[in-house]
Amino acid sequence: MTTRRLFSLAWKSLWLHRLRSLLTVLGIVFGVASVVAMLAIGEGASEEAQDQFRRLGTRNLLLASVKPPLSEEAGESASRVLRYGLLRKDLVGIRATIPGIRRAVARRDIPVQARFGEREIATVLMGTTAEYAEVANLRLLSGRFLMPSDDHAHKAVCVLGDAVARKLFRAVDPVGQEIRAGTDYFRVVGMLAERGEGTGGTAGLGGESDNAIFIPMGTMQERHGDNIRHVTSGSRSYENVQLHRITVEAASEDESSIAQVGGALRAFVESRHPKGDVRITVPQELIRQAKESKRIFTVVLACIAAISLLVGGIGIMNIMLATVVERTREIGVRRALGARRANIVSQFLAETVLLSVTGGLIGLAFGVLAPLAFTYLSGVRTVITPFSLGLAFSISALVGVVFGLYPAARAAGLDPVEALRRE
Amino acid sequence: MSAVAELCAATRIYPMGGTEVRALDGIDLRFEAGSYTAIMGASGSGKSTMLNILGCLDRLTTGRYLLGGRDVSVLDDDDLSAERNRRLGFVFQAYNLIPHLTVLENIEVPMEYAGVAPSQARERSVALASRMGLQGRFDHRPTELSGGQQQRVAIARSLANDPMVLLADEPTGNLDSRTGKEILAVLEELNTQGRTLIVVTHDAHVAAHADRTVVMLDGRIQRVEERA
Repeated sequence: MTTRRLFSLAWKSLWLHRLRSLLTVLGIVFGVASVVAMLAIGEGASEEAQDQFRRLGTRNLLLASVKPPLSEEAGESASRVLRYGLLRKDLVGIRATIPGIRRAVARRDIPVQARFGEREIATVLMGTTAEYAEVANLRLLSGRFLMPSDDHAHKAVCVLGDAVARKLFRAVDPVGQEIRAGTDYFRVVGMLAERGEGTGGTAGLGGESDNAIFIPMGTMQERHGDNIRHVTSGSRSYENVQLHRITVEAASEDESSIAQVGGALRAFVESRHPKGDVRITVPQELIRQAKESKRIFTVVLACIAAISLLVGGIGIMNIMLATVVERTREIGVRRALGARRANIVSQFLAETVLLSVTGGLIGLAFGVLAPLAFTYLSGVRTVITPFSLGLAFSISALVGVVFGLYPAARAAGLDPVEALRRE
Repeated sequence: MSAVAELCAATRIYPMGGTEVRALDGIDLRFEAGSYTAIMGASGSGKSTMLNILGCLDRLTTGRYLLGGRDVSVLDDDDLSAERNRRLGFVFQAYNLIPHLTVLENIEVPMEYAGVAPSQARERSVALASRMGLQGRFDHRPTELSGGQQQRVAIARSLANDPMVLLADEPTGNLDSRTGKEILAVLEELNTQGRTLIVVTHDAHVAAHADRTVVMLDGRIQRVEERA
């Protein structure tokens, strides 16, 4: 008998009991659908995280100043200057002593009110140098970024982040205009393309350039000194932070050299900032961790999937065993007419495989639709990989074979004489 | 005449709760080619066991069974299946058609197991069904047919692979007397065309059609009546 005929007969026999067949495969349907859907959500979350970290630059290592916990200082005068974080000599030290780095770029952030004409917004002045654009992978929309000469001459020029430009200037081209930031005036020389890192993000992991105004480090130093004034609900406090961020770019992107630079930087920071007021972030490590946690997630998911498909398979086996009993007479007749045991095995196996594969296909359909609906409703990114489709489908086919073998063997093992006698 | 089927010292013993039941107890019996034999006996006489042995559905405990000159008592399960498929045709009391298959599909079942190409099988099943007077019923399912029609389908099916021997187990048992006679006439006609026919029955009227009646008792042949 041809395989095609075998399956068309199997289909016929299943179609005869449509409702029962449908109910039988529900376990497989849900199993496959949940595997595909959950893998899609997991994959989406992982890619989201990896992208976020990748935007920070895969060859970058980030050092950030962290305000120490207030508990130590709580009893002291509010007017006292809180001194913490990265120092200019740290930048010099890093450049001089850490091997395997191409460059290190510093940044300093001061919250200000920015104003153009009637419009005023809260923003952050970021003092930095020309190299920052490249290291932080900023793209210009128009004009130019800061230049070394701006820094040396302490020029009053600025580059606007995308959100700032859009909020301050509605119809006017910002380049060439003058804005006020804090108490000083700056001429706009360029504006950045939108980066869209999202607003939340991981604290200190970038995601701020859209809402920032970049000015030369030298200019900031000249205008603001080292103290930053914070006014909160009437009381004022001062912080002394020389640098908020040092972005270190490694000479090579490969994992081991990044790890080496990371180790050297950690040792450097530990010796100079034992109080923990500087934090190191290595995007490449974060990407690796994201991949690792995805791997664990996938393993857990595979276990859940295996269990649900096991349950589905047992359901199928149960029904097939009942079918064998119900069709004992038919089996006897077929044996009398010349069916070999192998013929009976393939007949029942074909039905089980057809059941589970059909269930698998229905499951795939639901599994593909569910993440789409999820993305549509919640906006959370989901990614359906061909791997997950292939995996879920082949598991469902495998379930059909594995759980079909026993009922099929039972059917084939029946004694023809006994089977013919059965009513 | 040569023997199509022959039992030599055939014994079939079933173990039953510690004791043994000798369902066949040293039977010697020849079936000549083209002969028509009725096997009779009360229930428990061994006639069903005899049919199962002759039909290659069961195996002898001791003794030999020669089918077409070949000793089938030594064959394995697959070879026995092939023997049933190619050399034997079965007609049952309860017709035993497969309920979800049509008339033609039922007739084609033995051909599928013989590996006959589907188009050829269809050609033959149409011919056989027509010969059995089933025109206009080809795509009906068994439940849509009368008892007599179902038995005609079963006979057509038994002829699918052109077997040497037809085995009929109470072929008229579920039919009224008129339809029963028709079915017997069909079987008899097949016999006159050269096919060896073996009918198991407890009905003397049915047995009366046969050339020879073998009466069984307690696993042995009680007597053999030849019709003049």
